[in-house]
Amino acid sequence: MGNPNAGKTTLFNTLTGSFQKVGNYPGVTVEKVSGSLKLPSGSIECIDVPGLYSMVAVSEDERVAVEVIEGRIATTRRPDLLVCVIDATNLERNLFFFSQLSEQGRPMVVAMTMMDRLKQAGQEIDLAKMSNLIGVEIVPMVGHKDKGIEELKDAIERNLQRPRIPQFEIGFPSALETKVAGLRERVARVGIDFTKADVRHLLLETDHPFNSFLRDFPEMQAAFEEARDQLVAEGVQQHSVDVATRYHWANVVKRAVIKEADSPKAGRSMTDRIDAVLTHRIFGLVIFIGLMYLVFQSIYTFAKPLMDGITWVFGQIKGGVRPLLADYPPIQSLVVDGILGGVGGVLVFLPQILILFLFIAVLEGSGYLARAAFLMDRLFGWCGLNGRAFIPLLSSFACAIPGIMAARVMPDPKSRLATILVAPLMSCSARLPVYLLLIGAFIQPRFGPVGAGLALFGMHLVGLFVAIPIVWLLNRKILRGKRLPFLLELPPYQWPKWRDVWISMYFRAKIFVKTAGTIIALMSVIIWALSYFPRLTPDQKAGVKQQYALLHPGATNSDLQKHFDEEQLANSALGRFGKTIEPIFIPAGFDWRITTSILSAFPARETVVPSLGIIFSLGGDVDETSSDLPKALHDATWPDGRRLFTTWTSVGLMVFFALCAQCMATLATVKRETNSWKWPLFMFTYMTTLAYLAAVGVQMLSHLFGN
Amino acid sequence: MSFLGLKKGMFATVTQIHSASAEMHRLQEMGLTIGTTFRVVKVAPFGDPVEIDLRGYRLCLRKRETEAFEIEPLS
Repeated sequence: MGNPNAGKTTLFNTLTGSFQKVGNYPGVTVEKVSGSLKLPSGSIECIDVPGLYSMVAVSEDERVAVEVIEGRIATTRRPDLLVCVIDATNLERNLFFFSQLSEQGRPMVVAMTMMDRLKQAGQEIDLAKMSNLIGVEIVPMVGHKDKGIEELKDAIERNLQRPRIPQFEIGFPSALETKVAGLRERVARVGIDFTKADVRHLLLETDHPFNSFLRDFPEMQAAFEEARDQLVAEGVQQHSVDVATRYHWANVVKRAVIKEADSPKAGRSMTDRIDAVLTHRIFGLVIFIGLMYLVFQSIYTFAKPLMDGITWVFGQIKGGVRPLLADYPPIQSLVVDGILGGVGGVLVFLPQILILFLFIAVLEGSGYLARAAFLMDRLFGWCGLNGRAFIPLLSSFACAIPGIMAARVMPDPKSRLATILVAPLMSCSARLPVYLLLIGAFIQPRFGPVGAGLALFGMHLVGLFVAIPIVWLLNRKILRGKRLPFLLELPPYQWPKWRDVWISMYFRAKIFVKTAGTIIALMSVIIWALSYFPRLTPDQKAGVKQQYALLHPGATNSDLQKHFDEEQLANSALGRFGKTIEPIFIPAGFDWRITTSILSAFPARETVVPSLGIIFSLGGDVDETSSDLPKALHDATWPDGRRLFTTWTSVGLMVFFALCAQCMATLATVKRETNSWKWPLFMFTYMTTLAYLAAVGVQMLSHLFGN
Repeated sequence: MSFLGLKKGMFATVTQIHSASAEMHRLQEMGLTIGTTFRVVKVAPFGDPVEIDLRGYRLCLRKRETEAFEIEPLS
């Protein structure tokens, strides 16, 4: 454990390599990362605790981290030994945390990181002296050369065998310490064994969790109150004395052990020189926009061939499997369309996830991410988000899944949840086929290429503009809990550690594939079954054939097959459901065919194009570039002969797609990231309602303005 | 004065903290205790947040979230 940015995760990755497990602590969104560490005397379990600035937890992450350290989590054993990572270049703040941690009364080892940077800054540290001052063995580490790892392992082994509790005086004011000693005695008299530190916390922090113990002893509570009053009289500040004393101690230790070199390096540091450009009010913003454009383009473009490759592989597998099961049409369709189609449709997102997390890991590892958040904070801050929200939201324009996973760069749980909940409103690349189809069919012929381009751009803005009031509402009305102040450490720039980058990408991919393999495959099969059953009976088929032949003399067999597919979908549970709820969608101008296509697109919105193909009798092999589908859409009519698709209807349908939560993979990811079904359900409900209302709204505009 | 009056390059010392809220406690835990001197390294392009140099590291915080802090600029 240790401060964020102290090099904790790098050290953990070096110690455990790829022998890591990523899971969740029960009931919370905090990830548990643990691994096994081989020591000469056997393997031990090693836990990477989320970074902490203080043992007084404010956020959920911090609360979990503190509980792990204290051994209060049911599924995790109380640690036998604490390894505290201390950044040698940031001694005071790291020692502040160390002073709190040492109160646990557990054996400890300190891993001192950033030794090389300290040297570059022209400073020296006397580790032997420091070890004496803080009563703990200290092992110096040089990150990128893995130097010190063996020594650290030895130290862990030594301290496990001969546990030593750190002992040192922090130097609290004597007025405080005499009261603490007196109160401790009184507490002991009623049979409660509190340490000195426990009593001090009780005295100074009126909202400390231990206060529930006092409630049962009113006379004790009075004693504490009296002591607090006396402290005020003696000039001890109840709310700041603890922190102030620890920092004073940290400062004394630092001055005792750090030696400035004889010739301190003059001039600005490398970080300052880089920052002069990267956080410049003009160049900084230009570079930021350029970098984000690069990230976005990479997700869009570089992922494309890989995604096509995955689609191709799944196409090959489907092609190979199809003839094997030709004798059992239902099983063939289940395996090919249901399972392979569903899983393939989800694995396709893997390249985007890998590329985004490559960028995030590099940007974060180098220290740029914090600068970007610094630049962007004002823009995001006014609606209740903060500067860290830009990466999740920007990547959601390519795909909401990596975007939602990227929201973990936000330590404040409230802002993180708000970001996750609006991320799918950003117009992802899967919506593009729908836009291209409808714009190509209805906007371009009427308004020309400029109009089409504007319409496409407009569709990308719809979600963004809707997201702003939603975030505002979420923060004010729905998300509980207090928002943390926006505090951001700006660590010195450094080269990202490639091992950390690979490990981060590997685990994101693994988690995603695991989710895809379970929830999503299951849901795909359910939707497949709904659109496959019940089958047309032979009698019904004959009837359909007869009627079709009457209406279309000279139709070929393949036309007939397409018509069968259409009738089959209309007859399926999904089609019937679509017809049943048609009245609900009439105000939006959608008939049962559009409604059924929308329903079939709930697992993955991009499937709406093939669905429209089937239901408008063209077969499922159409895409947005086919010329038949726009024509079929143009010619489609209501039963009374009015044209089904007006310009307004097409805009309504596009707006519906822009706002609707039609993506199972996204909902499954939200479930994974929030560790609860509550938020995906909430997201689904609010987005679907919003999409419906917006589509109805567009249709009402059409009545106002005509066609 | 408060953080709102800070300009780039200024040095200042924390003189008083008027609130005992968890948020203000956290700022102290980050090292902004009474008597701490810090330097304003930079103000973000839109006026907030600010980057300060304290206790040998760089912290970025929002001026608007530090109302409870009273500071004294050094010349």
